[in-house]
Amino acid sequence: MAIRYDIPEYEVLRDPQRCIACRVCERQCANEVHSYDPDTGTMKSDETKCVDCHRCVSLCPTHALKIVRNPDTLRRNAYWTGDTIGEIYRQAETGGMLLSSMGNPRPYPVYWDKMLINASQVTNPSIDPLREPMETRTFLGKKPDRIERNPDGSIDLSNLPPQLELQVPILFSAMSYGSISYNAHESLARAAKELGTYWNTGEGGLHEDFYKYAPNVIVQVASGRFGVHKKYLEAGAAIEIKIGQGAKPGIGGHLPGAKITDDVSRTRMIPKGTDAISPAPHHDIYSIEDLRQLVYSLKEATEYKKPVIVKIAAVHNVAAIASGIARSGADIIAIDGFRGGTGAAPTRIRDNVGIPIELALAAVDERLRQERIRNNVSLIVAGGIRNSADVVKAIALGADAVYIATAALVALGCHLCRTCQTGKCNWGIATQRPDLVKRLNPDIGSKRLVNLVSAWQHEIMEMMGGMGINSVEALRGNRLMLRGVGLTEKELEILGIKHAGE
Amino acid sequence: MKKLDYVIVGNSTAAVGCIEGIRSVDKAGPVTVVSREPYPAYSRPLISYLLCGETTEEKMRMRPADFYEKNGVNALLGKRAVRVDPGRKAVLLDGGESIPFDRLLIATGSRPFVPPMSGLERVERKFSFLTLDDAKALGAALTPESRVLIVGAGLIGLKCAEGIRDRAGTITVVDLADRILPSILDPRGSAMVRRHIESRGIRFLLGDSVAEFEKDRAHLKSGKTVGFDVLVVAVGVRPNTDLAAGAGCAVGRGIAIDERSATSVPGIYAAGDCCECTDVSSGQRRILAILPNARLQGETAGVNMAGGEKSFANAVPMNAIGFFGLHVLTAGSYDGEAWVETAPGVYRKLVVRDNRLVGFILIGEIARAGIYTSLIRERTPLDSVDFELLKHKPQLMAFSAQRRAEKLGGAK
Amino acid sequence: MKRVYVNERWCLGCHLCEYNCAFANSGETDMVKALQGAEIHPRIQVEGDNKISFAVSCRHCDDPICVKSCIAGAISKRDGVVRIDRDRCVGCFTCILVCPYGAVLPSPDGHAVRKCELCTDNASGEPACVRGCPNGAIVFEER
Repeated sequence: MAIRYDIPEYEVLRDPQRCIACRVCERQCANEVHSYDPDTGTMKSDETKCVDCHRCVSLCPTHALKIVRNPDTLRRNAYWTGDTIGEIYRQAETGGMLLSSMGNPRPYPVYWDKMLINASQVTNPSIDPLREPMETRTFLGKKPDRIERNPDGSIDLSNLPPQLELQVPILFSAMSYGSISYNAHESLARAAKELGTYWNTGEGGLHEDFYKYAPNVIVQVASGRFGVHKKYLEAGAAIEIKIGQGAKPGIGGHLPGAKITDDVSRTRMIPKGTDAISPAPHHDIYSIEDLRQLVYSLKEATEYKKPVIVKIAAVHNVAAIASGIARSGADIIAIDGFRGGTGAAPTRIRDNVGIPIELALAAVDERLRQERIRNNVSLIVAGGIRNSADVVKAIALGADAVYIATAALVALGCHLCRTCQTGKCNWGIATQRPDLVKRLNPDIGSKRLVNLVSAWQHEIMEMMGGMGINSVEALRGNRLMLRGVGLTEKELEILGIKHAGE
Repeated sequence: MKKLDYVIVGNSTAAVGCIEGIRSVDKAGPVTVVSREPYPAYSRPLISYLLCGETTEEKMRMRPADFYEKNGVNALLGKRAVRVDPGRKAVLLDGGESIPFDRLLIATGSRPFVPPMSGLERVERKFSFLTLDDAKALGAALTPESRVLIVGAGLIGLKCAEGIRDRAGTITVVDLADRILPSILDPRGSAMVRRHIESRGIRFLLGDSVAEFEKDRAHLKSGKTVGFDVLVVAVGVRPNTDLAAGAGCAVGRGIAIDERSATSVPGIYAAGDCCECTDVSSGQRRILAILPNARLQGETAGVNMAGGEKSFANAVPMNAIGFFGLHVLTAGSYDGEAWVETAPGVYRKLVVRDNRLVGFILIGEIARAGIYTSLIRERTPLDSVDFELLKHKPQLMAFSAQRRAEKLGGAK
Repeated sequence: MKRVYVNERWCLGCHLCEYNCAFANSGETDMVKALQGAEIHPRIQVEGDNKISFAVSCRHCDDPICVKSCIAGAISKRDGVVRIDRDRCVGCFTCILVCPYGAVLPSPDGHAVRKCELCTDNASGEPACVRGCPNGAIVFEER
C-alpha cells in the first residue's frame, strides 16, 4: 500500500566479511526473509518479514547474522510507546482483533523473583543429595481422610482413590495437536515416558499413533470436546476437564484454519480450513453442580480408575472456585496463571486478564486448608514456570506439582518469537507444514526434554537438601521455607510468607 | 587333497584379477603366469598418459613390486605360450618348456590389426599404439618438429593424439569412417568431440584412407597428400584367440566364455579383451574390451578355478575417455528409443528399449553417470523409477523411498 | 564398520553437510577463508528440496566396483575406507562411470576425482558432514 505505517520491528545484520553465501538462512526461513542474488553472488534480506525467531542465526555456519531491534524508532514516549502506536495502526488497517501467541510478555510483577528460599545451617543440618536418598516422587490424586487398617495391622490400600505417580513433580502441560506439531507431541510423549511423568494432549485429541504412549498421557476434555470419544477417554492415565486457561481466561481455545491439516482435522474430528474456536463455557456446565455431574460421568465411563483433573485459569475469585471444584468430586485441580502460553489468543485478553499464579496458588491452598478440604484434591500449578527455583517455590507455597509448557517448547528450540498463530514456526514446533515439522526430530527433541527435566530434578534435590528436606512431600505447603523481599504487607499476607529478616 | 596347479597366460588386468580371485579361495596352490611382455603387470590404458607426463612407468605398475612373491606366483616374464595341450593339460612355451596345469586362464588380450596398406614397408618410423614398448618407441621417435600421421580415429588413435600433442609438431588423423569414435558415438556427439579436438590443432581427414605410402608421404584415396615423419597405425585390434582355438575352445568373435568365465573346455577359463561374453544391454555376444570388465572376468575366473563360486552376469560395453578436458562417458547399446538433450559443451543421450535403459552417451556433463550404468546393468524396469527425473540428470531421487533407504540407509 | 547413513525423513535440504565437508577438506582452519567467494566442492551431495531431500556420499562398499575399475590403480580400500591416491589418478573418470551411487565426482581442477573418505584424510576427526547436520539426517554408525 502507498503509506507504510508498519515500522519493521527487527533489523537483519549480516556481516559481509563472514557470510559465505551458503544460503542456509534462505532455505531455513519460512518467512522468506533471506534471498540469494545470483548476479552478485551475495545474500539479501527483507527485514519487514523477520519475526526474530533466530533460526537463521542458529544455523549460520560462520555466525554472520544478528537480529537486532530496529533502531528506527518513533519519538520516545513512556506512555504512547512504539508498540502501542503500532497496534493502533494495525487495527486501523485491518479492523480485526489483535491475535498473539505464547504468554503475557508485559512487565507485571514477577512474584517468583521476590521470594527467597531457606537453607539449613547449624541448628538444622542440610542433607547432601549425592549421599542421601532424596525423594522427588509424588502422587497426585484425592488423599484419604484417615488411615484404614486391615485386621493384621497393615495399612488398607484397597479403597485408595486413583493416583498418578510422578517420579518428578513436573508434568508437561496441555498443548494441542494443531497448535503444535506431530513431532512436538512425539517428543513430549517419549520424554514423559522416559522421565516417569505425564504429558497432556491439550484440546486437540490424541493422535492414533500416540496411543502407545497412553500410560503417560493426560487426555483433555475442553469446551469444544474436540477429539473426545470413548477410546480417547479410556486411553488416558487421567482425564482433564479444561474450564479455562491462564492465557485467555473466560474464552475458549483458538486454532487458526491454516493450521488444520487432514491429520489435525481427523484427530480433532472437525472440518478442515476454518478456524476452530472452542466455545467460552462448556455449554453443559453452567454451575458447580453441572461440573460435578460431568466429573462423575467421566468417572462412570472409565470405571473410577482414573483421576479427574479440572483445569481453571487464575482469576479474581479463584479460591472460591477451587473450593467448589474440590467439593465436586474432582481429584486434582490445575490452576493456570496469567503468564500461561497459548498458540493463539486475543492480545488484550492475554495481556490483561487473569492473575499471577503465585498469588492464586497461595490463596487456593490457604482456602482449602481453612475449609479442611485440602486433601480432597492435589494441586498442579502452571503459567510461566521458568526454572527449578520456581518449582521449589511453587511447592513450598502449596502446589503438589507444576505443569510446564513454555519451558518445554523452549527446550525443543522455541525462541519465543511469539508468532505461532501464523503457522510458520521455523523450529517445527507450532506449525503443521510438513517441511517445517520435519525440523523437529523427536529423537533429538525428546532427549532435550529429558535433559531439561532431569537437570531441574537435580537442582530441586540440591535446594531441598540445602533446606534440610529430603522429600517433595515435606516441602509441600511449607511456607516457612520462603521469605519475601520487596513485597507489601498485603502481598506477604496473601502469599502467607514472612518478609526476609523476620 | 592335491594342490591345484594354476597357469595364467597373460599378465595384465585379467591376470591380476585372476590371481586375486584364486588367492581369495586357495592360498596354497601354485600359480604360474606366462607373460609375453617382459614387465610386471602394468596398465595398458595408461600408455598415452605416460607420453604426456601424467604418469610414470613406475606408477603404471598395477601392483607393488612384491605382489607376485607375496601371492605365491611364479611370473615367467618375456616368455610366449605357443600351444595348449588339452589332453596332457600343459602349456608349451616358445623355449620348449612345458608347464602343467590343473586350471588354465587364457588372458592373452588383443594385438594391433595392421591392414595391408600399399607401400607400408617403405615407412621407416611406423608404430602401433597398444603396449608400453609401443609407447616408449613412439616417444623416442618424436621431436618437436615431428609431423605425425595417425591412421584411425577411434579410441586408441585419439588417445595417442592427445598423449603426444605437446611433444610433436603437427598431428593429422585419417579414418575411413565419416566421423570420429564411430564405435561409441553418434554423429552429433562425435561432431562435438571432433570440434573440441580440432581446437587443439589436430587435423582430421575423415571418410578417407591411405591408397599408397611413400617413405614420408601418404597418398589418400581422395587425392590429398599428407607429409609425415612418424606414422601410427591405430586402425583396430584383433583378439588373440589362437591358443584357445588350438586347445579346442569354442571361439566366436572372441574366445567364448559364460558368466563364470569358463570356456567350452573344462578346466580352461578365459578373460579380458580376448573373450566374447553376453552384453546384457543388447543380449548379443560381444567382446567387451574395457578394463573393469577384464578385471571382473579375471577375478570371476580365479574364484571358480579355485573351487569357489562366482559369476559376472551383467557385463556391458562402456567407456570413460577424455580428450583435452572434454570427457565422454558411454555405456550399453544404442538400439532403441532415444532422448537427447544438448547445451553448449554438453550432450546427453539416453536410449530406452522394452521398458529399460539400454544405453547412454554423456559428453561434457558426466557427473554421476554410474547411476545410468547401474540401471543398464541391473536391467531395472523403468516403470519402477521416475524416468522423467533421470532424463534430466542421473539422480537417486528417481528411485522409490524404499530403494533409497536400501542404498543409503542400510535398510535390507 | 561405521559408515555415514542417511535418515531421509529428517533431512531438511539445508546443505550444511556440503559446506562443512568442503571446509573440512579445504586445508584451512577458518571457514570464511576457506569458502568465501568460491564455488564449493564437497564430497557429499544433497539431492532434492525442502519436501524430500537426502545427502549422497560414498558407501564404502564391501566389494567396491570403483577399486576394480580404476585403470591407474589409484583407488584402494584400507581399514574399510575406500581411498583415492590423487597422485596416481589420471582423471579418466572410469570410476564415475561405474559408481552406482554417483558418489565419485571430478576434482575442482577437472582432472583427478574426489569422494568421501570419512574424513580420514583431513584434520576433522569424525565426519564433518555428520557433525554439521542440525537434525540427525545423517549419522555415523554401524548398521
